[in-house]
Amino acid sequence: MNGALLEIRGLRVTFTGGARPVRAVDGVDLALARGEVVALLGESGSGKTVTLRSVLRLHPEDRTRIEGAIRVDGVDVLSLSGEALSDFRGRVASMIFQEPMLALDPVYTLGDQIVEAILRHEQVTAREARARALRLFEHVRIPSPERRLDSYPHELSGGMRQRAMIALALACNPKLLLADEPTTALDATVQVQILLLLRELQRELGLAMVFVTHDISVAVEVADRIAVMYAGRIVEIGAVRDVIRTPRHPYTAGLLATRAHGGRLSGRRLATIPGSPPDLADLPPGCAFAPRCALAVDACRAAAPEPVEVGAGHTARCIRAERLPTPA
Amino acid sequence: MSAPLLEVRGLVKTFPARRDLFGRATSVVSAVDGVDFDLYEGETLGVVGESGCGKSTTARLLLHLLDATAGTIRFEGRTVGSRELPWKAFRRQVQIVFQDSYASLNPRLTVAESVAFGPRVHGVPRAEAEARAHELLARVGLEPARFAGRFPHELSGGQRQRVNIARALALQPRVLVLDEPVSALDKSVEAQVLNLLLDLKDAFRLTYLFISHDLEVVRYMSDRVLVMYLGRVAEIGPTEEIYRASRHPYTTALLASMLSMDPDRRTEAAPISGDPPNPIDPPPGCRFHTRCAFAEDVCARRAPAPTAIAPGHAVACHMSVAGSGHSRAPARAA
Ligand SMILES: Nc1ncnc2c1ncn2[C@@H]1O[C@H](COP(=O)(O)OP(=O)(O)OP(=O)(O)O)[C@@H](O)[C@H]1O
Ligand SMILES: Nc1ncnc2c1ncn2[C@@H]1O[C@H](COP(=O)(O)OP(=O)(O)O)[C@@H](O)[C@H]1O
Ligand code: SF4
Ligand SMILES: [Mg+2]
Ligand SMILES: [Mg+2]
Repeated sequence: MNGALLEIRGLRVTFTGGARPVRAVDGVDLALARGEVVALLGESGSGKTVTLRSVLRLHPEDRTRIEGAIRVDGVDVLSLSGEALSDFRGRVASMIFQEPMLALDPVYTLGDQIVEAILRHEQVTAREARARALRLFEHVRIPSPERRLDSYPHELSGGMRQRAMIALALACNPKLLLADEPTTALDATVQVQILLLLRELQRELGLAMVFVTHDISVAVEVADRIAVMYAGRIVEIGAVRDVIRTPRHPYTAGLLATRAHGGRLSGRRLATIPGSPPDLADLPPGCAFAPRCALAVDACRAAAPEPVEVGAGHTARCIRAERLPTPA
Repeated sequence: MSAPLLEVRGLVKTFPARRDLFGRATSVVSAVDGVDFDLYEGETLGVVGESGCGKSTTARLLLHLLDATAGTIRFEGRTVGSRELPWKAFRRQVQIVFQDSYASLNPRLTVAESVAFGPRVHGVPRAEAEARAHELLARVGLEPARFAGRFPHELSGGQRQRVNIARALALQPRVLVLDEPVSALDKSVEAQVLNLLLDLKDAFRLTYLFISHDLEVVRYMSDRVLVMYLGRVAEIGPTEEIYRASRHPYTTALLASMLSMDPDRRTEAAPISGDPPNPIDPPPGCRFHTRCAFAEDVCARRAPAPTAIAPGHAVACHMSVAGSGHSRAPARAA
């Protein structure tokens, strides 16, 4: 895409530390425009986190092979090192996590951590940095922000910690926010609050955001587009409406059909997808979903399908996409 | 309605939170505080509420995996833990399946051995226990020829949960307590396990206490729903009545927090703000009053008693208690 803020091409990530190499990401292509939100949806082990962490180069260098290309705001991420890499992290792209304690240091106050992050990247006085920290806390709507800046992470409730982590991630005005299931561990009533906050900040600051989740309803709530991952590949991508109303990959269609929703008519059972997700160290050749797919034919097992255009800006890696019944 | 199979009254559990130099508790976690409910034969009672509200503690108290601080449980009219129904006899009737399918299986036992273990302990001869284990594995969708000899680490999460279900059924219980049984499973596997639970319930005429934080799943599975907030029952009633016409402000806010799955109807405002308070020193009076849009003076002063508002539907909110002093309460009946 021209003028894309994030562009990932042919990303392949292989972990070589174990007995057998594990290919966690196998040919991911993804481009985000400025200010755009894409949800990366998939079940456990499908490669969502590995994809995100690649963009910040957070994998252990000695045990990871990364192939392909990643560009953020014109920067060739895979060639960065030293100073340039630390400058990139936080200032161009930054990340928030499911578990805020991964981002927050338990032995420093929240205020000190934000001030430190600002001073690391910018030529401002400690005083200016502190004033900005306060504005950030107000922005993420932490009550009594002045007092909370002097709190330690463990003194906050779950939802407040999540807000503090978001403030820290935004401290140096990044253009790209990488969100790895930031609401998964939260209770329903708190999850909505954080989703609304993220959506608002994203719009206001014009952030591009990759939002990783395994929950379709969360993806629908935050994203412009949804990219569905299965066994290390994006198997379907398109505008939220198109993906959830006319899914074209049998896996996506299956996920939508098997959701429990509404009351149960007596005697009725849920539709199911048979089997379980594959072992990445022992992937079948061809389409990784073929062993579970009702539409699979020999050609599916022979070679991994390339993305097929199934609508405007909507592609699915399935050679049988046109056989899927159109939902009512 | 017939007499309940299980009656829980005044169930209380506190845990020591901090201790002084001498090991004496100086403050306590009020995990479960005066929980009452009935469970009827053949029904599924769903239990929902946010993390830490006491769902798992309630489950563990039922199974006597924890000692209750106070409260009674009656099974078919007999008091559990008394001479008329000792815990051991009761435990054969009630089994549990946990969220963490791995931690709940002994890693050194094969799948068939795990399923046969309970009956063996209860004196069933080996050959008979094993034959029954194979039958049960087949029943939960694990072909014995392929799976009986496997160890837990050789199974997927969904398969392990099937083993846990088979194991829970091995003693032919009448009640299954399911504590987040599908929460750790992949979405593509969840429906398989939910269907299995529905099938088994019909086949073995079971009664379920189904705990989950997933409001869609609870709605789908349950005949009645119990909503907990900070250790207490906020509301209990028939599923569709709860989902369509809840009367407790917490239930309403919780259900309104469900996401729509419709990009044209996204949530515009959060139904309530803040996090649930800490169960150490919970708020006095109604425990929800710190987050409730309808709270008045009385709410901070007195805890509302569960009050029937329709047959089988009870609400613990001053707005539903006649003459409570809340401005929205109905007038006291003459
Ligand atoms: N450092 C590592 N070394 C070896 N394997 C790894 C490493 N990090 C991740 N993996 C493997 O890569 C695969 C993809 O992992 P990833 O964390 O991206 O999954 P995910 O989609 O984020 O899943 P979840 O929903 O569980 O977070 C998994 O099989 C995981 O075990
Ligand atoms: N063994 C324990 N010791 C101390 N506190 C506990 C213990 N078990 C549970 N709690 C506390 O009791 C409360 C209720 O917990 P739990 O029943 O596990 O909630 P739920 O299952 O609804 O998430 C929580 O505050 C929890 O931290
Ligand atoms: S009793 Fe008062 S605080 Fe509690 S839910 Fe009812 S109105 Fe709200
Ligand atoms: Mg992950
Ligand atoms: Mg629990």
